[in-house]
Amino acid sequence: MTSTVDRARFDSLSPVEGLGGLGRPPADAFLSVRDLQVHFPTDDGLVRSVDGLSFDVARGRTLGIVGESGSGKSVTSMSVMGLHKPGTVRMSGSILLDGQELVGADSDTVRALRGKRMAMIFQDPLSAMHPFYTVGHQIVEAYRVHHNVSRAVAYKHAIDMLGRVGIPQPRSRVDDYPHQFSGGMRQRAMIAMALSCDPELLIADEPTTALDVTVQAQILDLIRDLQAEFSSAVILITHDLGVVAELADDILVMYAGRAVEYSAAEQIFERPQQPYTWGLLASMPRMDRARTERLRPIPGTPPSLITVPSGCPFHPRCAYADLTEGLSRTQRPPFREVLADHHIACHLTSAQRRDIWDNEIRETL
Amino acid sequence: MIRRVIGAIILLFIVSAVVFAIFFLVPRIGGASVDDLASRYVGKSAGAEQIHQTAIRLGFTDPIWVQYGRFVKGIVAGADYNYGAGIEHCPAPCLGYSFLTQNPVLPDLLDRLPVTISLASGAAFLWLLGGVATGVLSALRRGSVLDRTTMGIALAGVSLPIFFTGLLSLSIFSYGLGWTAPGGANPMDASTPWDWAYRLLLPWITLAFLYAAAYARLTRAGMLETMNEDYIRTARAKGLRERDVVVKHGLRAALTPILTIFGLDLGLLLGGAILTETTFSLPGIGQYAVQAVTNNDLPKVLGVTLLGAAFIIVANLVVDLLYAVVDPRVRAS
Repeated sequence: MTSTVDRARFDSLSPVEGLGGLGRPPADAFLSVRDLQVHFPTDDGLVRSVDGLSFDVARGRTLGIVGESGSGKSVTSMSVMGLHKPGTVRMSGSILLDGQELVGADSDTVRALRGKRMAMIFQDPLSAMHPFYTVGHQIVEAYRVHHNVSRAVAYKHAIDMLGRVGIPQPRSRVDDYPHQFSGGMRQRAMIAMALSCDPELLIADEPTTALDVTVQAQILDLIRDLQAEFSSAVILITHDLGVVAELADDILVMYAGRAVEYSAAEQIFERPQQPYTWGLLASMPRMDRARTERLRPIPGTPPSLITVPSGCPFHPRCAYADLTEGLSRTQRPPFREVLADHHIACHLTSAQRRDIWDNEIRETL
Repeated sequence: MIRRVIGAIILLFIVSAVVFAIFFLVPRIGGASVDDLASRYVGKSAGAEQIHQTAIRLGFTDPIWVQYGRFVKGIVAGADYNYGAGIEHCPAPCLGYSFLTQNPVLPDLLDRLPVTISLASGAAFLWLLGGVATGVLSALRRGSVLDRTTMGIALAGVSLPIFFTGLLSLSIFSYGLGWTAPGGANPMDASTPWDWAYRLLLPWITLAFLYAAAYARLTRAGMLETMNEDYIRTARAKGLRERDVVVKHGLRAALTPILTIFGLDLGLLLGGAILTETTFSLPGIGQYAVQAVTNNDLPKVLGVTLLGAAFIIVANLVVDLLYAVVDPRVRAS
């Protein structure tokens, strides 16, 4: 349900800064994030984990959020879920879930949405499940928070869900404890738990990072199949470009708490526009390359989120920062549309980017 | 399981043998004769001949292993004693007779046990409830005034000895305000359960305060740890109410190690809450132990030691079994 009040709020925001360069949320967006700022005051200073982030996810679509550790991917997902500890965080901007504003919303309101309309899968399924409760108990609990049904009904539902995520003999495995499951099975059970209330938004935070390589593909396939079945919006958070290549319709590349590139997945892989994205793609191992060819890591390390570099936060590591006549050092690049539905944050002109792409990047990727 | 029970019995024998050895061998190493030992159990005016007769009667003249064998035989098969007033049979399990008063030890112990059980169980209930609740609240409001105040009180609680807090509370609440029973009131003589609780109230609170302080700190530390676990985040992500997140997920995990220590503490206390019983003049096992030691009354010391050891061993067993109940990961392995 889209409330007119919330829509009006967008109109009052300035089109460039207020909407984070993305404009008003499209009509089909289930989740719309605009100019999200998530800051944590600490003894060492203000940690700007997310600093002006905007994106949309529609039902049935998958958005891949990619970035190095500390780029603000997980903080973003925790903000959408409302999982930050109150009092430790300063949030501003807008998170609209089906037209409902979540930033500044009452904690009980967000809690009621959590698990029901939006659910989350975590990185390490062993530590993310309670060791003292059976898998079934934990799914029953998730279901009964939002559905007023008896234990027996919820238990049947738990068995049903375990079957749907491909756990063999769900009728007996439902009474097992998490430690009796294998890693892949546990992640399947986590997915069953997350999907038990049929959420319209599923956030998967590094869902395959803690798993065996052989199991990773199975879990990704499962997420894809279930998305088709439940037609939910999916946010896939990962540092692994291979994972997003597999699943994502759209890709958002994050750096130092900001979006640096945002477009359709095929566009990002075929015609990336931003130097950081170029660096990410170059550092990814490829099956179709000779083994003698070395991976090219991005030089330097991700910046501190307390003292973020001035101007473009990537400029100290960027090979092309000198081409912008000092702009990269002094001015924050606006997040702007450079091609149809293709946004980047970069001071390079389109002529410069085309030139660099044609002469230096294209054949190396 | 059977192996553990056999192990426990062997352990009890070792404990009793050690007490036996300390009692007999240490004075002998110090150069004391058998008669010196026996002189403690006769009147001040007794002559050397009388003392020697007592030494023979108490069996001190026999080699120590014969004496120990007699003690063990008494437990297994019962024993006959003659303290001058004819032969008395002490049925198995016989812990012997007091050297001083000639009272059989076991009935004395059983007589006093209800007092100690009343004291320990009531206090345990209070400290578990109070300590855990305080610890949880402190952890949830870490750094707040409430947290710092309770942790300050808890620090005082673990540092202040019972004979200080006990006497202080006695003088204020019993003799000053008249709210609670004065010391020396035997709770087993109470006519109503209400009166029983009234007599025990101050000892309960005093003893519970000491333990509650430790349990509050323990619970707080445990909660701070578990509330940072990933599964807490999962519980929140499901949309559970914060109260359920804290109690069903956080406390449930933090409680496991607390339960272990609780079992051992309770076992230890059932063997006699020496300081509390002495401070409040409660006729329990602890008070009996103090009398036994001050009088050098070996059979009583042995009896108390064995009872205490038995409680600790049983508590250990129960804790291990409980652990498998509360932590399913233990069950599997």
